Amino acid sequence: MIKIEKRNDVPMALYFFTPFIAIILTILGGGIIFYILGFNPIEALKFYFITPISNLYGLSELLLKATPLCLIAIGLSFCFKSNNWNIGAEGQLTFGAIVGGGVALLFYNQEGFYILPLVILAGAIGGMFFALIPAILKTYFNTNEILVSLMLVYVSKLLLDYLVVGPWSNPEGFNFPETRQFSDSSRMPLLFEGLRIHAGIFLALGAVMLSWFILYKTYLGFQIKVSGLSLKTAKYAGFKGKTMILVVFMISGACAGLAGVGEITGPIGQLHRMISPDYGFTAIIVAFLGRLNPFGIIFASLVVALTYLGAETAQIFLQIPKYTGQVFQGMILFFLLASDYLLFFKVKILNLKKNELRH
Amino acid sequence: MSLDISFIGILIGSIMASSVPLILAASGELITERSGVLNLGVEGMMIIGAISGFALMVITDNLFIAIVGSMLSGVIISLIFGFLTQSLLTNHVATGLALTIFGIGLSAMLGKNFVGIPGKEFPILFSSLRESIPFFGPILFGHSIVLYFAFALPFLTNYFLKKTKLGLVVRAVGDSPVSASNQGINVILVRYCCILYGGAMCGLAGAYLSLIYTPQWIENMTAGRGWIALALVVFATWSPIKVLIGALIFGGITILQLHMQAIGFRIPVQFLSALPYLMTIIVLVVISRDSRKIKLNTPTSLGRIFYKEK
Repeated sequence: MIKIEKRNDVPMALYFFTPFIAIILTILGGGIIFYILGFNPIEALKFYFITPISNLYGLSELLLKATPLCLIAIGLSFCFKSNNWNIGAEGQLTFGAIVGGGVALLFYNQEGFYILPLVILAGAIGGMFFALIPAILKTYFNTNEILVSLMLVYVSKLLLDYLVVGPWSNPEGFNFPETRQFSDSSRMPLLFEGLRIHAGIFLALGAVMLSWFILYKTYLGFQIKVSGLSLKTAKYAGFKGKTMILVVFMISGACAGLAGVGEITGPIGQLHRMISPDYGFTAIIVAFLGRLNPFGIIFASLVVALTYLGAETAQIFLQIPKYTGQVFQGMILFFLLASDYLLFFKVKILNLKKNELRH
Repeated sequence: MSLDISFIGILIGSIMASSVPLILAASGELITERSGVLNLGVEGMMIIGAISGFALMVITDNLFIAIVGSMLSGVIISLIFGFLTQSLLTNHVATGLALTIFGIGLSAMLGKNFVGIPGKEFPILFSSLRESIPFFGPILFGHSIVLYFAFALPFLTNYFLKKTKLGLVVRAVGDSPVSASNQGINVILVRYCCILYGGAMCGLAGAYLSLIYTPQWIENMTAGRGWIALALVVFATWSPIKVLIGALIFGGITILQLHMQAIGFRIPVQFLSALPYLMTIIVLVVISRDSRKIKLNTPTSLGRIFYKEK
């Protein structure tokens, strides 16, 4: 007989172990799907998870894709920890890229060491500003931040579309929906010759260290965590709830904006419609998989980045649509959420006979 | 200028056709949300419905099976969401997002061999009346049965929620799951049913796109309509009749874009496309400012996990 009991407190070891269970189950699930589709599951999984990172170029691509995911997820961890459901990071990324890209375009024919820092700063401010909209509406008008931040994603994407087709389109670009190329001074320095990995990775690592410091070593971090655990306690303790909502959204938006700027000044080098393959949404999975822990998020961003890379490799070698990456990403989150059940409930398998003897 | 009366009739007819997937998906999601469950997986369920409907049409050559199959596929995929949120008590927002991401990916995987296959003509009703009556003909006649169903659905939903006992149960579960449970209502079961119903309607909305509206399979063909449907439920402040009105406005904006471009209007299309989202935000602000207004129709327990100690 199976008996289910509610746990009194969450065992920490299990808390950090269940993401691994989720990853293993996802790989198994992926194998089953490949088998159903008529592929050799072992071979297909190899193309997915091993081939992409079996050379230096692949590893560089992995870090390249993990960088924005990590940055955004770090920002989101502030929101999620304090029970603020910012799911519009994709919009904040886009708006950050628009503002940063706008600055880069101002300097399109100039060079100078000061340009890149300006562009990066503009991107962070852009993302921060865009995240302030749902935050202000939540604090002063009591609106639901999930819906507002989500709606704004589409508004920002349409704005980007308008800009690259209309006023910002490259005058010498034969009407292609893209802006001019940024000048070299607006581009992230490459770390290695011939690889696409760029200095943006240091932004991500910096964000990890800073977030760890804020969350675990400062009074603000303490406030954020308490508010996430119990709003009533936070109010009783006299924390300024409204200010905190604004702050976590600003941090989150700035991180997403940085991720956007990293993409356009890194691998892309201009603005066009497709600056992000939904990194802002996928980063939500990264934040959960990393357990909202700065170092967990590094690990999770690498795992999720691999699903992007694997999907590209599988498309080339197996002619499976690139979208399969999303099947894996969805499954990871499904399995992770499902395995959380084990955290809050104890599943006991009772031996009936022994019990009966005792009573 | 061709703005004569029959052109306006055709225009209204096309606005109605473009609003059908929004009405279907939003009406389904409305019932789900009324029971207190926020399912952000609308887009994912719609796209699964779209590919299942199209694939079944190609395989069986039977449109009835295709339509029913698309609804069933919506039910099956929403069962994942139901099981996770209701039985395993997972967070609604995260689970719904996972469902959308998963659904878009899975549909592309399943649809790989169906790209480029031409669709089949879907039978339309009263086609002779459409031609013979000016203005009203293209509005009232010559549509598929799914369109007529979609336009009846908000009224049926309204009747169900307001006049039937089951509707009362759904609202009770959404507004106060604890009291409903104390009254002997099986909250989890009711929520399961509402989630599955929402899945069926989203599946049908997807099939409308791939079988009737643009009869073919294109990757990611729902193109954000699921998110608009979600916005629509809020825009309508959880009232079925307002869903219908909102869907016509949002559908109208889509059609208007095409015609404005043709006429040569100088308003960028992107601003028109952004209108549904901006209008939803404005409505949200207006209704949320007044706590009485939001309490009137908003399911109080929306998105909260219900757990009963056994």
